[in-house]
Amino acid sequence: MSTPEKNTPEAARAGFLAIELDGAGWDGGDFATLAEAVLAAESAGFHAATFSDAPAPGRANALQRAAYAGPVTRTIALVPEVDTVYTEPFHAATQLASLDYVSGGRAGWIATAAESPKAAAAVGRNNVTGTALAQEAAASIEVSRRLWDSWEDDAVIRDVATGRYIDVDKLHYVDFETPAEFAGNGYSVKGPSIIPRPLQGQLPVLAASALVDAGQVPADGVDAVLVTAPTPELLAAEIKDARERLGVSVAVVAELDVVLDARGQAAAERAAGSETGRARYIGTPAGLVDLLELLLAEADGVRLHPASLAVELDELSRLVLPELRRRGALRAPIQDGTFRDLLGLSRPASRYADSSAAAAAGN
Amino acid sequence: MTQQGTVPSEVFTPTGKLQFGVFFQGVNSGTIWKAAESGSQTDFESFRRIVQTAERGLFAAFFLGEGLRLREHLGRPHALDVVGRPDAQTMLAALASVTRNIGLVATQNTTYNDPVDLAHRLSSLDLISGGRAAWNIVTTDNAWTGANFRRGGYLDHADRYKHAEAFVQTAKRIWDSWETAEGPARRVLHEGQHYTVDVTPRLPRSAQYRPVLFQAGDSPEGRDFAARQADVIFSAHPKFDDAVEFRKDLVARSLKAGRGANAVQIMPASEFILAPTAEEAAEKKAWVRSLQIGPQQAVAYLEQFWGRELSGYDPDGPLPEIDPVVEETSETRGSGFHGAKARQLADQWRAEAKDKGLSIRQFVTSRTARVDATFTGSYSGVADQLAEYARVGAVDGFNISPWLIPTGLDDIVNHLVPELQERGVYPTEYAGHTLRENLGLAAPVRAAEAVRAS
Repeated sequence: MSTPEKNTPEAARAGFLAIELDGAGWDGGDFATLAEAVLAAESAGFHAATFSDAPAPGRANALQRAAYAGPVTRTIALVPEVDTVYTEPFHAATQLASLDYVSGGRAGWIATAAESPKAAAAVGRNNVTGTALAQEAAASIEVSRRLWDSWEDDAVIRDVATGRYIDVDKLHYVDFETPAEFAGNGYSVKGPSIIPRPLQGQLPVLAASALVDAGQVPADGVDAVLVTAPTPELLAAEIKDARERLGVSVAVVAELDVVLDARGQAAAERAAGSETGRARYIGTPAGLVDLLELLLAEADGVRLHPASLAVELDELSRLVLPELRRRGALRAPIQDGTFRDLLGLSRPASRYADSSAAAAAGN
Repeated sequence: MTQQGTVPSEVFTPTGKLQFGVFFQGVNSGTIWKAAESGSQTDFESFRRIVQTAERGLFAAFFLGEGLRLREHLGRPHALDVVGRPDAQTMLAALASVTRNIGLVATQNTTYNDPVDLAHRLSSLDLISGGRAAWNIVTTDNAWTGANFRRGGYLDHADRYKHAEAFVQTAKRIWDSWETAEGPARRVLHEGQHYTVDVTPRLPRSAQYRPVLFQAGDSPEGRDFAARQADVIFSAHPKFDDAVEFRKDLVARSLKAGRGANAVQIMPASEFILAPTAEEAAEKKAWVRSLQIGPQQAVAYLEQFWGRELSGYDPDGPLPEIDPVVEETSETRGSGFHGAKARQLADQWRAEAKDKGLSIRQFVTSRTARVDATFTGSYSGVADQLAEYARVGAVDGFNISPWLIPTGLDDIVNHLVPELQERGVYPTEYAGHTLRENLGLAAPVRAAEAVRAS
């Protein structure tokens, strides 16, 4: 029985595990319901569940699936993908802030910017490619971050004596403008948000490391990068590279496809399916334990993409996560904690807090 | 569920039943925040308590408004009323996991949303909730709200319903593009003045085929739009005689639109102030009104029409003698009146207040309180009143805005609902699991262009 304490070498090495919950459908895929799937992941000890929003038949909106999971779970972080290119930045920001409320501060955001002629045609826009994608992502992330700060924490005052429900000095216009070098149609967002500051202040923002490496999304715009490599061996090297490039202030999360021996069938026989571009582990649960221990020694977390959610989750929950816990490779889940707590991030003050304090002081 | 293809009746037939919906407002002076029992407007627990109370009371629907831009007063966010609310569909998706039968209605604007994105998100909500989603269609046309959106938002005022209707038709085609749950989906194309669509939808039809459509417009154009496109109209006519008139008008418009006399249901916005006796209810009403329109709110209300600060004026004194500084009213942005002639309005109001001997606060309360929309009385007295609506089919139900969050439905569910059930005018169980079943709506006719050519 291990109870890792802070500041021990074990605790310093301990990382977190996320699982992509996309069982291919709005109804939880292999599970009877979405609730059953997310509860299975939580009870297995996963720290975070992610929800893909890449277009696929039968796949419902990722943010809504995460929102549905909010009230039925207590500990697991809920992290949907939300596109930054073809969605309204104001809607994305307020939807994500709302997700933080319905999950009790366990929300995060995987900001995506995939090249997609179909997504462009659906909304009648020109197809965005190349560095313009990263510019779109950078702009949308900045809009969200400003809107999340646009209500200071104590903006709702309910002051009966003066009849004021809010202190208007603590609400702020964000006045976002796309920069001059913006390749797409420039736009502006006025603010403030329509919902008070999220419970976490700022939701943790994750993005593919390729998006950050394009140089348009500033490293301090994201809290974590998702790192991909073609093989498990190259993945370990890629984690180290990302760490060197980005420093310790950005968490590094490795992406791993997983096919396990299960139900009397060898993993190799189950390892069909198309190329995802991610490293793939095919083998025994024991071998996966060793690989994850190795990866978690360098990465802050690993996100698993199971070949079959129901099948792999059974093996992971019984044979993989318990052994990793015994070895001290996993952080203890934080009961009633936030996603920021899990990532070791403190709750930031609103970027506008100083300006209203200055105004109040008559400066 | 009623089968498709039933011949629509040309004669309106009252169902003899009422349905309730609840509208968690999130903004405006209707929700009081100064009482000790006033709870959070944003905590998930406030929403869970309201929706689960409503479901215990067999309510058909839970409504949320849409926040697009905060209301402003004299150029700054309006400070005196409750404000700050979650994104409607995100909250409803979460509430779907803690409810089983109640409908989940998202107000969404056709001007600041994209048809493909909105149709997809509504489909998602419909699937996640097991066929309980609805869309309350609204349309606006001002660049001021559009300042929060990449697409902007200016539309010619006359064009807004044309645009809204094209938008709704596109959404219906998207929802109807799947033959069955297994597909295949058909490509939907639309080339319009305001947007272009080329999409192969990703989601199958839900247990209720597609989201139920609510609509709240009241102009002749708005009513015709509802008669052509909507399942339920969220009306502004709860007073008995007005409700009967409105029903006649809507039946005529529905028939003209080629739909049956019962095709579009009516649920007026309403407020209930209830107590064991009529006397206690009247006292309670005075208390509620005093908290809805406090002294600062009364003065602020006039300021929006006068276009200037009036903070020196006594809320318990007469209306200001000075004249408005604006030609046209620049009312609190994001609400009410547009461009009334300010001076004319001020003269009229001063005369009216003087005539009736009303102070600023009394005058404003008389104007802003949902006078027509409020049912005040004993549980049994109000139940008798509502039973009459059911008997003649004046409305199909009421969409109730609680004036207190999160306890504002307790009285209604604990006392009024049983009284209505005793009178046989309120459901005693949910008819089914989908909103369409619970409202007793027929299965939708498929959008013509989406039907497979064979």
